[in-house]
Amino acid sequence: MSRPRIATTSLAGCFGCHMSLLDLDERILELAELVEFDRSPIDDYKEFQERCAVGLVEGGCANEENVATIREFRKNCDVLVSVGDCATMGGIPAMRNLVPLEECLQEAYVDGPTVHNPSGLPPGDAELPRLLDRVYALHEVVDIDWHLPGCPPSPEAFWAAVTALLSGEPAELPPHLIRYD
Amino acid sequence: MSESFKFYIDGVPVDAQPGMTILEAAQGAGIWIPRLCWHEELEPFGGCRVCTVKANGRPCSACTQPAEPDSVVENDTPQLREWRRALVELLFAEGNHFCMSCEKSGNCELQAVAYRLGIAAPRFEHHWKPREVDASHPDVLIDRNRCILCARCVRASRDLDGKTVFGFTGRGPDRRVAVSSTARLADTDLDVTDAAMDVCPVGALVRKREGFSVPIGSRRFDNAPIGSDIEASGASEPARQEE
Repeated sequence: MSRPRIATTSLAGCFGCHMSLLDLDERILELAELVEFDRSPIDDYKEFQERCAVGLVEGGCANEENVATIREFRKNCDVLVSVGDCATMGGIPAMRNLVPLEECLQEAYVDGPTVHNPSGLPPGDAELPRLLDRVYALHEVVDIDWHLPGCPPSPEAFWAAVTALLSGEPAELPPHLIRYD
Repeated sequence: MSESFKFYIDGVPVDAQPGMTILEAAQGAGIWIPRLCWHEELEPFGGCRVCTVKANGRPCSACTQPAEPDSVVENDTPQLREWRRALVELLFAEGNHFCMSCEKSGNCELQAVAYRLGIAAPRFEHHWKPREVDASHPDVLIDRNRCILCARCVRASRDLDGKTVFGFTGRGPDRRVAVSSTARLADTDLDVTDAAMDVCPVGALVRKREGFSVPIGSRRFDNAPIGSDIEASGASEPARQEE
């Protein structure tokens, strides 16, 4: 009897949402009984092993790699969930959306008062994913089925969401579990 | 005093006096109608439209529409909830709201109404239009990124403080709260003790050096959703149970 598979990842986020998921305390054992983790930092799979029932994605899209990853998740997950305020609205990384990208890089890597950068250029190594013009919420890039807000969402919200999604109920999050901070 | 009369909100009979708005009468009966620009000490403004109800089938803002004898008002219906959600989501998409780092978080009416309406995320694309911050005043600052143009500060300064410090300027996406006569807040006679300082539903008009003074868990909307105080005070519960 195979258990439903869950994939998770963090894009332009801080991993705080994953920390909150781990903060389920002893219920983490129950969760491990309920599901099989697929691509996720929890088991360190870098690629999808099989099709997944649920994909939990933390963070918004700030660069080309984020976009490629979220498309990969969309392709491989039945229910795709944007987790946390960065995923649902852009969050802290989106603060750069109020400043043109070039100005942002200039300040961070050239003009900032504590910057030591003899090259006088922002980093441009070909290995680095290219930044997008602005940070995007996930639903602005691919179709998202369910949103779990919070900075981070509480362990209770994670538990309610994951158990509801696994049971197939199209449940709305109750108001007391909706938080934007 | 002229005769009081009855009308119906979602089938519940509600008492009203002539001249009362639908929102005021509902309030007296313990029925919460979501709202943002309305404030009990201020003249109704009818700007945010979050209190939209249907009175005898016609949409209207409950904060400006007088209650009519025997009229039938719809408040908590799927259609109205959907309209209100769309309005509130648009406010989030239009402004630059970073709840996770905002000092008003937990005490913010915009946030609290969004929670209560069940908004997990805004469905619209964000505008990300930069808006000005005015921190020139020694005790007060305006962060227009968080402003929802409810005009509470405009009305409070004019009607309660007698100062008319605030007004609106610009149109459409350029509309913003401005200060009278001069460009900067420091040049006005706004005082940190003004009534206008107490009415902002969001974190747009705030006192300096006061943020984050209440710990998470004890803030205004941490333990009870917005409107629950009104519902707890009301006499409508038995009538609702009869339905």
